[in-house]
Amino acid sequence: MEEIALHILDIVQNSIVACANLISIEVEEDYANDRLIIIIVDNGKGIEKHLLDKVADPFYTKRTTRKVGLGLSLLKQSAEMAGGSFSIESEINKGTTVKAIYQHSHIDRQPLGDIPQTISILVASNPDINFTYKHKINNNSYYFDTRQIKEVLEEVPITSPEVRVFIHQMLKQNIDMLNRQFKEI
Amino acid sequence: MEKVKTLDDLKKLKEQLKSTIELREKSNNPESHVQVKVAMATCGIASGAREIMSFFMDELRKRNIDAIVSQTGCMGYCYAEPTIELTIPGHEPVVYGNVTKAKADEIIEKHIKNGILVDGIIPVTYQNINKK
Ligand SMILES: Nc1ncnc2c1ncn2[C@@H]1O[C@H](COP(=O)(O)OP(=O)(O)OP(=O)(O)O)[C@@H](O)[C@H]1O
Ligand SMILES: [Mg+2]
Repeated sequence: MEEIALHILDIVQNSIVACANLISIEVEEDYANDRLIIIIVDNGKGIEKHLLDKVADPFYTKRTTRKVGLGLSLLKQSAEMAGGSFSIESEINKGTTVKAIYQHSHIDRQPLGDIPQTISILVASNPDINFTYKHKINNNSYYFDTRQIKEVLEEVPITSPEVRVFIHQMLKQNIDMLNRQFKEI
Repeated sequence: MEKVKTLDDLKKLKEQLKSTIELREKSNNPESHVQVKVAMATCGIASGAREIMSFFMDELRKRNIDAIVSQTGCMGYCYAEPTIELTIPGHEPVVYGNVTKAKADEIIEKHIKNGILVDGIIPVTYQNINKK
């Protein structure tokens, strides 16, 4: 994967397959401690305890179309390559939490990439799932929640092309603003 | 500097959209829509499925084609990602492999607009399309 935002898109696919209807994505850029933290939480069907250690192994997968599952192992590899770590916690019928920590300044850290595109696509193509996205840079943060969006939209579907473009712009502008605020300090 | 969009702006957009949506809903059974499904498993995403999905969403809107663009799991064609499944109302679904933006453009102009098949179709024979 070329971007962390693509890993996020991919890890969320697991949550969708696990029938989650609420998926929370968090990106925290903590420059003081030189860390970039990605957390994805879902309320899907969860993973059995005895399988948890195996899921980040490429030779473990429940899929039937191919023998290896790559998503989690690629994320783990990408975090570890950049001086970080990976963890996964899960409880049956409660949900799953995936966390990847990177050393922010590490030369091998992938760029964060196009978060607005990842999130706006997920939102537009999964109208029955609620998503939250939180982006934190040091002490400033931006919070996005499709439940608020749907409340405003009322009968207008969240899948409308115009709404997707709007959400994309709103996310991009707010993340850019966080980055500007950080640079001004 | 560009003004940052807020939920108030979304409210205004909603008011504009309300009238057009009502018109659209009159023809709102899925069979009457062109459907594009983009395979979004790890192999697809690593090969550029996200950009292809955005491209279809943006371009179909710009070209005024009322279509449903959605995502699906692995269709089992990892060697030919990104793949899409295209359904034209009244026709059997067709799977295209190795879809680039140029290919996507061709699919819109020829296949979706004019019903002409384009190179790059993966024959669906004994392959089982498993939508995990
Ligand atoms: N959020 C989740 N909820 C429930 N099960 C999960 C979740 N994430 C992963 N799993 C389980 O772990 C397995 C491995 O996931 P991983 O993403 O590595 O591979 P995959 O999804 O099977 O295939 P690929 O990602 O290559 O398309 C999955 O098949 C699934 O059984
Ligand atoms: Mg996966």
